[in-house]
Amino acid sequence: MWICECGILQDVSLQCAKGCDVVFASCLSACRRANMAASGCRGVRSILWKYGSYGNNLFVSRSKMVPQLPLRQIYVASSLWKKNLAAAGPQKFTQEFIDKQVEEFEVGKRHLANMMGEDPETFTQEDIDRSIAYLFPSGLFEKRARPVMKHPEEIFPKQTAIQWDAEGRPFHFLFYTGKQSYYSLLHDVYEKILAIERHQDKMRNKGLFTSDTKQILLTGSRWLLKEEIEENLVENISVQDYMRLIQLMELLLSMPYCSLEEEFILKFRKQLEVQSSKYEIPALQYDPQGVAFSVADGRRKSAKASITLRDSGSGNITINGRNYLHYFPVLQNREQLMFPLLFVGMMGRFDIEGSVEGSGHSAQAGALRLAISRALLSFVSEGEVEKMRQAGLLTADPRIRERKKPGQEGARKKFTWKKR
Amino acid sequence: SSTDGPKSAHFDICSKNLKYKFSENAFNTNILKRHSGQYYTLPPTHIQKLFPYGLPPRFQLQIKTFNEGCVMVRPPALELISYLKRADYSKPPLRYVLYGDIGTGKTMSLCHALHYCYSQGWLIVHVPDAHLWVKNCKELLPSSSRPSRFDQPIQASQWLKNFKITNERFLSKVQLERYVWTKRESTEKGQPLGELIDQGVNRMKSSSDVVGAVLRELRLQAGGATEGEGAFKLAVAVDGVNALWGKTSLKKEDRTMCEPEELTLIHNLRKMMKNNWSGGAILTALSQTGSVFKPRSAYLPSELLGEEGFDNMEPFVPVSVSNYNEKEFESCYLYYLDRNWLQHPHSRSEEGKKELIFLSNKNPSILERLCAFL
Repeated sequence: MWICECGILQDVSLQCAKGCDVVFASCLSACRRANMAASGCRGVRSILWKYGSYGNNLFVSRSKMVPQLPLRQIYVASSLWKKNLAAAGPQKFTQEFIDKQVEEFEVGKRHLANMMGEDPETFTQEDIDRSIAYLFPSGLFEKRARPVMKHPEEIFPKQTAIQWDAEGRPFHFLFYTGKQSYYSLLHDVYEKILAIERHQDKMRNKGLFTSDTKQILLTGSRWLLKEEIEENLVENISVQDYMRLIQLMELLLSMPYCSLEEEFILKFRKQLEVQSSKYEIPALQYDPQGVAFSVADGRRKSAKASITLRDSGSGNITINGRNYLHYFPVLQNREQLMFPLLFVGMMGRFDIEGSVEGSGHSAQAGALRLAISRALLSFVSEGEVEKMRQAGLLTADPRIRERKKPGQEGARKKFTWKKR
Repeated sequence: SSTDGPKSAHFDICSKNLKYKFSENAFNTNILKRHSGQYYTLPPTHIQKLFPYGLPPRFQLQIKTFNEGCVMVRPPALELISYLKRADYSKPPLRYVLYGDIGTGKTMSLCHALHYCYSQGWLIVHVPDAHLWVKNCKELLPSSSRPSRFDQPIQASQWLKNFKITNERFLSKVQLERYVWTKRESTEKGQPLGELIDQGVNRMKSSSDVVGAVLRELRLQAGGATEGEGAFKLAVAVDGVNALWGKTSLKKEDRTMCEPEELTLIHNLRKMMKNNWSGGAILTALSQTGSVFKPRSAYLPSELLGEEGFDNMEPFVPVSVSNYNEKEFESCYLYYLDRNWLQHPHSRSEEGKKELIFLSNKNPSILERLCAFL
């Protein structure tokens, strides 16, 4: 560190910010060399230079006549020379960089299609995912840690381009609000509202005004969350801003003729996932003798069970070839088996033949119970199915053994805490 | 509502004819068949004498609680008693082996048959659990008479005491031969059995040999005289017969495992099991619960007795004991209701009964344990 004549502390640069051209050539070079040499070592460095010759070859060139200031010795820690990574913010990519990535992605996609022997023209993102999963099989549990090949737009976070021109004048008229995209969005929505009102007036003038126009279907979708809108706008908005936006959209929706702007509104609605995890009732099959039976599976905590439930039986239960009294000597497990049948009220009616493997006795009993409940679905009416669901018979228990973490004895237990 | 049946049979108030009192005619085959599935009460005097230790422990607790001992009449016991009635006692004794799953009622059936023998005036040699002789023995003395054998004084003297209680009336009738115990003691010829037993109880050291002597005497004299005072039939009842030919969990002083043959009591009992005598019957029951080193799923005679045991016991009459059927379960359930044992209101309903059926799978012991906390 050195001080230039106007007293400003600066690192090694040729020109002081104020503009006084002070160049201390040999001192500078010494500085620079010392800088590079000592940037790795700790400790204080001090650069001492004295105005006036002290045996050093100094030459001073000044453009202005500035009174000579006294010299100071400064000691500074080398950590100041290190880059403050946190202050820089998220990594910024230039637009050219992103464009180059996009090009590479396209080329890579075609290569991948060729490799997999498929048509490069009709190679979709799903095909890409499938091929990557095939070529780079990964055993990692975290899906986001696995190798992925996606379009750069999905990988690199959206960044705002430079919003002012070379002279420093901002492009957007709302720049000085601070949240230009948010406020411009509000403007757009209001424009649309006004447009619809004008349309309404026109229809009224013509006499064709009706209230029952085509309504936008909103079922099965929800408004985008605040985080999602932030992502779209690439800037932070507050909760009140978000609520204001939603209010405006609701206002837009409340008007008749809002179907004119349907496309615009649906951009802000997200479809809810279809309930794909709904369990299908197993079909009721018939024996050659005409006896009805159904097959179902159940799982609990790494125990897998599969049973066959036969009608017109007498309440015999065989598990893995053994009587359930021998297989489950513990009362609690037999109660678990009994519960679905008791709940539905068909205790002595069925014969159950089951096979179960894995985990411990309690988990096996739980797996069997789930399997029995599922098999019973095909023998039972709709209302009963709902009752069973509410009783919790049809829900698979999601509890699984928690992972042991490093630095701890087990999943939760820590090592003995020593005060010192 | 006792209109039919002999006057001595007395029926309970319960309309389903649940219980009836034991009497002299109770073992009449027709009466027994008619009352199959029902309970009959054991007279308390008999319980004291015959079964001070012979009944299953939980049943003894039940007797204490209910203030009466009621046994259910079931097909295996009926079968046994019918065989006993029809057997020819001049020939070598028949061996009956009760086998079945755990908790199905083998010991109870054995006790039922034994009660029949007792009521007929037989001499009872009852080993309540042979497994007690092959495990958990605190004292294992080297035998006084033979060098390679081991004695179990505590178990032997305990057994002799119980034998005395059961067979009091025979103690003075049986005459003995001469036995020499030590240099100073010997039993003279012609002395009654009671004295021998007293000596065995008093002198713990030689009690195991006394047991052996008793068994030998009884064997020799069982079928001896057909009339006269000395005639008696011998019933040998052993529960947990598979202990005789299995492994022991006892260790000798040099920390090697003991074989069953090296135990005096076991050796003598094995001799008893052979059918080289006459005038009696051998009733046995297998038991997995007390057995040493046997898997829980084993219940067949071949599995529990092992090869050696099977060869020794053969030929035998196997009698299988199974879980309650519908009628017996019904009867047991009504008995508990009658005794106010099932306190929970839900257990008195139909659904409660169905739950009990499911949870116990009509296994007697599991049902009993289940009802114990209802």
